[in-house]
Amino acid sequence: MFADLAQLTISGLATGAIYALAAMGFTLLWQTSSTINFAQGEFVMVPAFIMLGFLGIGMPLIFAFALTLAASALIFGVGFKRAVVDPMIRHGVLPLAIAAMALSLALQQGVKLVFGAEARSVPDILPDGVTRIVGVAVSYRDVGVLVISFVLILGLQLFLARTLTGRAMQASAQNPDGARVLGINVDRMILYTFLANAALASIAALLVTPIYLAKFDLGGPLGLKAFCAAIIGGFNQMHGALAGGLLIGVIENLTGAYFAPQYKDAAALVLFVIVILFKPEGLFGRREERRV
Amino acid sequence: MTPILSAANVSKHYGAIRAVDDVSFTVAPGEIFGVIGPNGSGKTTLFNCVLGQIRPDGGRVAFQDRDITGAGPLALSRLGIGRTFQSLQVFGGLTVRDNVIAAAQEHRGTLWSRLFAAPEIGLGAKADETLALFELAPHAGKLAGGLSYGQQKLLDMAMAFMADPALVMLDEPAAGVNPRLIEMIRQLLQRLNRERGTTFVVIEHNMDFVMALCQRIMVLAEGRVLAVGTPAEIRSNPAVLEAYLGA
Amino acid sequence: MRTALRIAALVAILAALIVAPQYLRNYGIYLLSLWSLFAIAAMGLNLTLGYAGQMSLAQAAFLGIGAYAVALLVKAGVPFWVGVPLATLVAFAVGLLLGFPALRVQHHYLAFATLGFNVLVYLAIRNEDWLTGGSMGIGQVMGFAGMPRPSIFGYSLRRGIDFYYLCLAMLCLSTLLVWLLLRSPWGRAFAALRDNPVRAESLAIDIRAYTLLAFAIGAGLAGFAGAFYAPLVQLFDPSPFGLLESLSLLLMVVVGGSGRFWGPHIGAALVLLLPHWLQALLPAWLGPPDQWYLFVFGIAVLVLLTWCPGGLLAIPDRLRARAQ
Repeated sequence: MFADLAQLTISGLATGAIYALAAMGFTLLWQTSSTINFAQGEFVMVPAFIMLGFLGIGMPLIFAFALTLAASALIFGVGFKRAVVDPMIRHGVLPLAIAAMALSLALQQGVKLVFGAEARSVPDILPDGVTRIVGVAVSYRDVGVLVISFVLILGLQLFLARTLTGRAMQASAQNPDGARVLGINVDRMILYTFLANAALASIAALLVTPIYLAKFDLGGPLGLKAFCAAIIGGFNQMHGALAGGLLIGVIENLTGAYFAPQYKDAAALVLFVIVILFKPEGLFGRREERRV
Repeated sequence: MTPILSAANVSKHYGAIRAVDDVSFTVAPGEIFGVIGPNGSGKTTLFNCVLGQIRPDGGRVAFQDRDITGAGPLALSRLGIGRTFQSLQVFGGLTVRDNVIAAAQEHRGTLWSRLFAAPEIGLGAKADETLALFELAPHAGKLAGGLSYGQQKLLDMAMAFMADPALVMLDEPAAGVNPRLIEMIRQLLQRLNRERGTTFVVIEHNMDFVMALCQRIMVLAEGRVLAVGTPAEIRSNPAVLEAYLGA
Repeated sequence: MRTALRIAALVAILAALIVAPQYLRNYGIYLLSLWSLFAIAAMGLNLTLGYAGQMSLAQAAFLGIGAYAVALLVKAGVPFWVGVPLATLVAFAVGLLLGFPALRVQHHYLAFATLGFNVLVYLAIRNEDWLTGGSMGIGQVMGFAGMPRPSIFGYSLRRGIDFYYLCLAMLCLSTLLVWLLLRSPWGRAFAALRDNPVRAESLAIDIRAYTLLAFAIGAGLAGFAGAFYAPLVQLFDPSPFGLLESLSLLLMVVVGGSGRFWGPHIGAALVLLLPHWLQALLPAWLGPPDQWYLFVFGIAVLVLLTWCPGGLLAIPDRLRARAQ
């Protein structure tokens, strides 16, 4: 009984850490450029297929991933900012969000057009196998995912808090006018957050697709959970996204095992609705005043 | 005579900062009452406490003998308190005429009766009259969002008067407006005060405007009442001079 | 003069819609019926989003609620014409409930809250197969013929063309009712809520009540459309009521022009009819449009939005503004 629970919790944490990666990117974009990226799930799905493309021409996994990272930084970092966000942002938050929805539709259908509707398997960078720790079966894969995600998230936090560029990025997010006065190139800082988001999403793709397979409609549920994680944790707090992601991963797993497997996907949503109804600023977020 | 608006010992603290500290005042029906003070003197916080945007920590606010402490904006507007905001607040996607009708329609009938009411809900003539008064009649059919700043300011004010409020609270009506328009606004307000007996409470930075418009003025400094009196009394009050010039 | 011109155009389009079936095969007639119903649902969303400013990504769920409600009522022996208002009412009531989160949160939060609701409805329809037939479709619980087509005054509407005229009549009815609603003081209050809720409240406009109503009426229209969707397709499963369809409905509204009266009609036509017209016009080597259409459509919407976020119906205004 305890062993089952612990096992489910650990694998839930691993899935949740992947949600957290996508959720962090989501939060970053919102903070720096008021972008509600409805295509966040597709930002994970498309790199998986780009990587499959590189693997298909016989490239080793590590090179394929490096090239994928570069390609998605170009497409979903620079390209997305310049072609969609920059022209749309002056029209307001909502039109931009709707444009992102249109983009998600185009990406989904585009991948379906090129690669077809079948799910494809993706090679795993993490080792197979299980070890037993005090009677609890722990897979190497889950541990690997957790370690990679935590290192990335902590690294990003440290970068934002400790380095000059990181602080300039935070300043640009919190007070763009003030940052400009201080001589910070706000536009460039915003671009950096887009690049960071693209990188986080690509790494999430690398971690998630070996288990869940690469499919054109993978992005929908993933993006939804990333958003739920960001809201549950608190949209204006980076560590909130991490906590929200982990929480969703665990609750989802427990719901699937003990309550109703067919409603596993609903767990995140129910939690999300409860949070926005009773604590809209999120579990760890600061309250924002409703402005006139 | 019962005051139309009275505040007794109203306080609002933010941590150790006393934004509004034990402020009391009364406004008589038909009066034009000004509230002035240096930046950070608590004018806007006081205004928001009276208008239900924020709940005061202590004290009571009454409108015509009715306790309105902590009542929300909807309840206050239903009681017949009109207001304008510091920034422009019009419905940009509606025509100018629809803006003023929207400003009064909810005072007619019930929610359900309004669904089946005629589109103008009997306010057409009143809307035209108000627009003419505020010199907006030529723009009646235009979208409010397309008006110039000054015209939007006038529309904003016209909306506050559409429901025949007994009391109108104006938050910096002269801010960002050219001198010619300031003069026009002053004359309009005085005319409405004279002809309809509407009471005004005005927060303002522009001294000349307040001195020319108001019958009585309250000066706030650091959240406390520094002085209350006629424009002449305020002008010659040494404490006021010091608060404005000394600090 | 301009009004006269508009009325003339309207009459001409209506006349074209009435004679069109004479020149169409069954599938074309079916598509026009589908367009009528999606235009009704999109009109509902346009009311919620375009006029009242409340984001909703759950319109397809209400379409589904209407379709399943009427099917299950008919199965339980309730006459179709009693089932339609009941199904509409169910969608209205659920829409009212969905409005409550909107009182707490706005914009993107609301978008995701409604999106989450859509997923929940979809999962419930798919998983509760004892009631809905699950992913096997309504045929599992209603018999292999599915939802029967109704008759009116003893005249059966079983033929596709007759049922199309019913759908068209319902579209005209809904269009008229929405037009009356938007002209009423309620329409003005919705726009006030959209443009500036804080100011609206200071003018005695009860933004809580109007927010809930905007959701409920928008949902009710989708439920109404769903009640006719069921007998139109007769056999259906949960798939047309998922997220992709809610997104499609949203894009219909946005492409036509959110907050524009005829936006939903035009948007629905573009999404539903255009791919099939293209099929007839374009060379065969491009492949069937239903494979690439959504991709091209997504890109086209993106381009349209970056250039003219007000949608197609805003283009004349934009050109005029540019000329000045």
